[in-house]
Amino acid sequence: MASDTLSVTAATTMPDAPEPGAAPRAPKPPKRPRGATTFVNGDRVSRVGMVITTAALLIPTAYFLVPVLWLVVASTKSTGDLFSTPGFAFADFHLWDNLVALSTYDDGIYWRWAFNSVIYSVIGSALTAFVCALTGYALAVYRFRGRNVLIGIVLGSMLIPGTVIAQPTYVLLVNLGLNNTYWGILLPALVFPFGVLLSFIYAQSSVPIELIEAARLDGAGEFRIFAGMGLRLMSTGLVTVLLFAFLGSWNSYLLPLLVLTDQELMPLTVGLTGWSQASITIPGLQVLTVVGSLVSVIPIAIVFLSLQRYWKSGLTAGGVRG
Amino acid sequence: MTAVTARPTASRRRFTGAGKPWVPYLFVAPFVLLFLVFLVSPIIVAVWNSLFSQQSSGLGFGGTTTAFVGLDNFARALSDQDFLVSFGRVALYGLVQVPVMMFIAATLALLFDSALVRGRRFFQFAAFLPYAVPGVIAALLWGFLYQPSVSPLIQALSSIGVDANLLAPGTVLWSIANVSIWSYTGINMIIMFAALQAIPREIYEAARIDGASDLRIAVGIKLPMIAPAVLLTTLSSIIGTLQLFNEPQVLKNVTANISSDYTPNMAIYAASTLGKDPNLASAMAVILGVATLIVSVVVLRLNNRTTKRASDGL
Repeated sequence: MASDTLSVTAATTMPDAPEPGAAPRAPKPPKRPRGATTFVNGDRVSRVGMVITTAALLIPTAYFLVPVLWLVVASTKSTGDLFSTPGFAFADFHLWDNLVALSTYDDGIYWRWAFNSVIYSVIGSALTAFVCALTGYALAVYRFRGRNVLIGIVLGSMLIPGTVIAQPTYVLLVNLGLNNTYWGILLPALVFPFGVLLSFIYAQSSVPIELIEAARLDGAGEFRIFAGMGLRLMSTGLVTVLLFAFLGSWNSYLLPLLVLTDQELMPLTVGLTGWSQASITIPGLQVLTVVGSLVSVIPIAIVFLSLQRYWKSGLTAGGVRG
Repeated sequence: MTAVTARPTASRRRFTGAGKPWVPYLFVAPFVLLFLVFLVSPIIVAVWNSLFSQQSSGLGFGGTTTAFVGLDNFARALSDQDFLVSFGRVALYGLVQVPVMMFIAATLALLFDSALVRGRRFFQFAAFLPYAVPGVIAALLWGFLYQPSVSPLIQALSSIGVDANLLAPGTVLWSIANVSIWSYTGINMIIMFAALQAIPREIYEAARIDGASDLRIAVGIKLPMIAPAVLLTTLSSIIGTLQLFNEPQVLKNVTANISSDYTPNMAIYAASTLGKDPNLASAMAVILGVATLIVSVVVLRLNNRTTKRASDGL
């Protein structure tokens, strides 16, 4: 749902963007002079205001952080302690035991799910970014019949949420014999109109036509110009597409839930919720679900938060600027 | 929508493929092909399937046959009380969840945009962290926090004498809303914050010289200027609400108060898997798709009108 939410936003904001082709804003806006507010309001008033505001912000911050904190604490507890000790207090440190249990349960099925999630996300997002790059580049560099129609289709289809066509997609995949296969999850994810739009915007602003002309005069073929030059020039935008596609695949739930019945092919989202469901009858699974959730969140959080610069510039380039 | 054509100055310099007119088509072919197969044909399949029905022949021997039933599946879906109730439920949910989330997100964005906050990067990081937690995992996590046996929240509440049941029939909808608010406030805040940062600072200086307070500037100038970003994050949240699936589906595991057709998308999933009636599920998917489209168009119209009025006012 997350990536849908995002793509719709960026799509529909486009008409308000004064110049879609403009370069993305510099990632760090210059710091405003500190005196700006204090000068007018008087130093003391502003400082009091600052303290009050910053203190008030601790409440929503606690709301956002506490559940994650609980997850960390709960991951270190044994099954017994999970139910008998206070939620935010550390009990006997069982994190290592829990990780061993997580890795060995059902012949290490957890790592199989993690491997699947990585396959779906890494291969899926790489292929998606490539398809988006090809399309966006062509829309920006060439003039051809049907180009405007294609742009209209890309924009319009961003309003179609993925989940609404999940069930029909599942029916289609069954007809194609692709249910219970890697391809059944990978292929539908490749249609990513938001990524096409971002690539288009980036290609417009970062691929100078003069350079293409020069390369043509040197006798380079169209595809070589794209692969050798276009991809490199669009790289910032493509990293953004890659990230959003990665996140979309990593979070994907409804389609894999419908399409996959084979445990060996499931991603983490489907596997972990399955454990959560089964933990009603198998109490030990509750702790494994907790630890498994924590382990699954850590890599994606690190990747996502450390690459903020890219996707933030993507949001700005996507025309979300009021 | 059509505003996203290339800048006119650039178009005279762009080519049709250096004398090879088929080149651009080669470039867009993979996308167009995938688009046709995985976006257009599911829609066609859904509409087609919704007009048919699997009927067991005779006394149940010899499998099933497929028969054309016209709009029968639609009639069945629309006369299904639970399916209709699920629409009402997500509407109620959206009426509360979306404004609350937008209010928190806008307030945070305005605070971060003011000079009033120390340690902005830390606070923004905290607000954004939940978005990096996959929706399903967030639901699992909150699921634990809602269960009296493990939840420190409920334990804390009961120690001060409040006997909270976050999974009771009347409250569970808002417990689901809380998961969504927790997950998506951060991204909406970031989008609004990006819009705020793009406003030229000189505008505020003029207002300040006229004696406007920070609050006055925030409500009177900043908010109207990011109105498009606010309205459109709202639109995507409303669409997200109609599609609600992950959070209730996961929380269903910890409470009996979420039925298998709690939201329209869950009803589709249930009809497809539990009910083993893909034709009915297809009809439901078509209905949900049309409903989503109508809501989108209405909100976009509303947005256009508001934006126009805002620009007339300037």
